[in-house]
Amino acid sequence: MLWRPEDRLLYEYDGLSSRRVPDAVAFPRSTEDVTEIVKLARREKVPVIARGAGTGLSGGAVVTEGGIVVSFARMKKILEIDIPNQRARVQPGVVNLDLSLAVSDVGFYFVPDPSSQKACTIGGNVAENSGGPHTLAYGVTTNHVLGLEVVLDDGRVIRTGGKVWDRPGYDLTGFIVGSEGTLGLVTEITVRLTPKPEAVKTLLAIYERVLDATRTVAAITAGGITPAALEMMDGITLRAIEAATHAGYPLDSAAVLLIEVEGLREAVEEEVEAVEGICRRHAAREVRRARSEEERELLWRGRKNAFGALGRISPNFYVQDGVIPRTRLPAMLEYIAAVGEKHGLLIGNIFHAGDGNLHPLLMFDARDSKQTAKVLVAASEIMARCADLGGSITGEHGVGIEKNELMPLIFSPDDLAMMRRLKEVFNPAGFFNPGKVLPTGKMCGELRIQVGGGA
Amino acid sequence: MQMEGEGRAVPAASGYGPGEKPEWDYYSKCIHCGLCLNACPTYRELGVEMDSPRGRIYQMIQVEQGRLALGESFVRHMDLCLDCRACETACPSGVEYGRLIEAARGQIATHFRRPMLGRALRSLFFRQILPHRKRLIFAGQLLRVYQRSGIERLAWPIARIILPRLGNVARLAPRMEKPFFTERLGVTMEPVGPRKYRVALFAGCIASLAFARANEATARVLAMNGCEVVIPASQGCCGALHVHAGLRDEARQLARRNLEAFPPGDFDAVITNAAGCGSVLKEYPQLFEREGTEYLERALLFTARVRDVTEFLAGIEWNRDFASITVRATYQDPCHLGHAQRIRSAPRRLLRSVPGLELVELKDAEVCCGSAGIYNVSENDMAERLLESKMRRVDETGAELLLSANPGCLLQLRAGVAQSSNPRRRVSHVVELLDEAYRRARG
Ligand SMILES: Cc1cc2nc3c(=O)[nH]c(=O)nc-3n(C[C@H](O)[C@H](O)[C@H](O)COP(=O)(O)OP(=O)(O)OC[C@H]3O[C@@H](n4cnc5c(N)ncnc54)[C@H](O)[C@@H]3O)c2cc1C
Ligand code: SF4
Ligand code: SF4
Repeated sequence: MLWRPEDRLLYEYDGLSSRRVPDAVAFPRSTEDVTEIVKLARREKVPVIARGAGTGLSGGAVVTEGGIVVSFARMKKILEIDIPNQRARVQPGVVNLDLSLAVSDVGFYFVPDPSSQKACTIGGNVAENSGGPHTLAYGVTTNHVLGLEVVLDDGRVIRTGGKVWDRPGYDLTGFIVGSEGTLGLVTEITVRLTPKPEAVKTLLAIYERVLDATRTVAAITAGGITPAALEMMDGITLRAIEAATHAGYPLDSAAVLLIEVEGLREAVEEEVEAVEGICRRHAAREVRRARSEEERELLWRGRKNAFGALGRISPNFYVQDGVIPRTRLPAMLEYIAAVGEKHGLLIGNIFHAGDGNLHPLLMFDARDSKQTAKVLVAASEIMARCADLGGSITGEHGVGIEKNELMPLIFSPDDLAMMRRLKEVFNPAGFFNPGKVLPTGKMCGELRIQVGGGA
Repeated sequence: MQMEGEGRAVPAASGYGPGEKPEWDYYSKCIHCGLCLNACPTYRELGVEMDSPRGRIYQMIQVEQGRLALGESFVRHMDLCLDCRACETACPSGVEYGRLIEAARGQIATHFRRPMLGRALRSLFFRQILPHRKRLIFAGQLLRVYQRSGIERLAWPIARIILPRLGNVARLAPRMEKPFFTERLGVTMEPVGPRKYRVALFAGCIASLAFARANEATARVLAMNGCEVVIPASQGCCGALHVHAGLRDEARQLARRNLEAFPPGDFDAVITNAAGCGSVLKEYPQLFEREGTEYLERALLFTARVRDVTEFLAGIEWNRDFASITVRATYQDPCHLGHAQRIRSAPRRLLRSVPGLELVELKDAEVCCGSAGIYNVSENDMAERLLESKMRRVDETGAELLLSANPGCLLQLRAGVAQSSNPRRRVSHVVELLDEAYRRARG
């Protein structure tokens, strides 16, 4: 337990922003420790906020009204690896990439691969239902979680799901995955492991016009091909990434697509040919193939470091996370460009093209309060447009404190009321992670974004 | 944007005093994304934000903003940082963490009063011994007598009982290797075969005494590659330990001496076999940035020619007349080679070119072994924890030979091997192995 103010101070932020200093920070090593902490918090009537690595981008792990932060950083044991049954049991603090590395020698991996995978925890992935570039073909975290152990608000421990698919009764696992720490504390996770594909091919298609890139995306999916990953980055983002990673991205292009096809060796060869043809027919200036594992890693390193790379060209930036139907992408990008122009803001875009998950990156300088205000207005205009186009206000970063007030854009009052009733069964009186996910009713006028560096 | 929360109502004055301090230009690059966390050895061990790169940067910012004192807590967490710079490799945003921590330590060194004993020892070591060659040699000779005489063996068990921690630390004392390399200062070695390059060898301070053989091996390996090797007499300690300890003025003095010892234009390259020295030599300009004196210019010219020995060799068509050495070996990246200088493939390529040598990759090779300059003395507990993890990984490889490319790391790794399950495992510098392969080939 940390009590000293100079230590607690360090738990006021996560990947998004900072709010309040918690009253204490606890570091359980076992489920029993977690139970004790929950009981203590119950007695003291203070909220409990779970924390993984604090890489979340919607403020899920920050403190809104005081309470105890439960950091899972020391619950990071891989408890069991069961290759014949393709699963593993882990504590929630295990770092996503560490699990994949632990099973890579035997040819397996854990599919969800958020760009933050070298640091974020599996507990955090479960809470945010995180996705990554490979979501398109393999689904998000919930598709790879078989069961959970959860500590409830009174300290009781339940187990949901199990080692087999399709258990009778309600799907509590599915309900808890993605609940952002508002239903209980996840203390153990049984995950599915997936064999690595026999062959993987990675392509980089380079375009002079964004429109051509977006049309390629539509054509690929319409053509019945499901690449393992299909990512788009626009020129602004590209140039920042290239400066950071020297991945060999062309500096003068308007957009690139990073496309990965995987599966059995012959099938992959055919698909690569087909994809390359489609790219060329849609005016790709050049299509490059990664010739070795190193080249492939380099191309991905650029993409995975994209958010951070922007730190080089702008003192602060705000990552948005929305979803739109793929077919509306050209319209959406035009709209974003117009919003940027209207407010005089530089906005880059990264797009998980396959599943319509768009990340506009709004650049600003936090020392300039006028500009900061504009960023928030621009971001909400963009989110509203996503909802209008039949999409969603978050693809993978979650709702947290960032978007809870935007929930009515995509849910009816009845939808929200039902969610609230369910939440209250698990989480009466705002005990777990208060003020997150569902609207609180008070629009917090000023969302504090990306303060850390430039505050 | 002002943050809300405890004690934030009035914008307070900066907690830093005059002199170099962490600057906005550098810390503002940190977007607190947290991607560096799992790369940081102290975070991996302790799991707390205060001992993570993100947390340390945040604390530096809080001191600047007057929310945190330049006091004990701050100093504790800055001390525990290894300055291994794994966070720089992990950081997508290009945060130059080394600069930040070194500036923060400069503040600590000038504006924070440490307890008496620590202060006296630090001053003795940094100010009275390291910078002075004669005193250093004298200390080295004393240590050698102690190590040779059997007093060591006698004193050991007693010391361990009285002061168990002292035992750990004493084990790390470098073995003094007579004749000291200091005797070679001022010497020039002719190339074997036609002369292709004229290079200067940076000998190091402690390394000249404790790694005399590795220095000789380096000179021979360079000669085998067509280098005329000059060992300038007036060179001295590089100042890396001073920079890491925040003693910026002392470091500047040492830097000036070396800038004069290696005049620009005289050599094709200035070569070191010590990654820790190499990285600070390459960063000399940072010491003179604020002053912008003639030394800044000199430093820039100098830096452009500094090369790690593995970097230099891998950058030329190196001589591959190696004898076969049949051994299963593994390589640990020195932090100041892999992270600070971003040199990872050069030593591996050199090693793979030695026939018979089977190089097995070490898992977590890029994670610090705990040596970190004098860290293994000042923060012995953490250093021991890191060393234990490292030795477990080394055991997994089944290698009989453990290689690295920095004297400090070699000391730490030797101490680790001595108490591991396989105390007979050899620990050497990459150049020592290359030297052996050349020598065996020549009979
Ligand atoms: C550079 C960068 C890139 C990113 N890329 C992606 C991406 O591609 N895809 C993506 O989906 N996300 C991405 N993210 C967001 C973030 O990394 C993910 O949401 C991640 O899953 C969060 O994990 P964490 O361990 O850091 O959790 P935290 O941020 O610490 O917590 C997130 C939420 O999980 C809850 N929580 C954590 N552990 C538990 C537990 N054991 N039980 C109950 N609740 C818990 C917390 O209360 C909080 O609400 C990115 C973030 C960054 C900084
Ligand atoms: S990875 Fe870089 S930007 Fe991110 S928190 Fe660490 S130092 Fe800051
Ligand atoms: S230099 Fe090493 S120990 Fe220090 S913060 Fe960076 S990774 Fe951690």
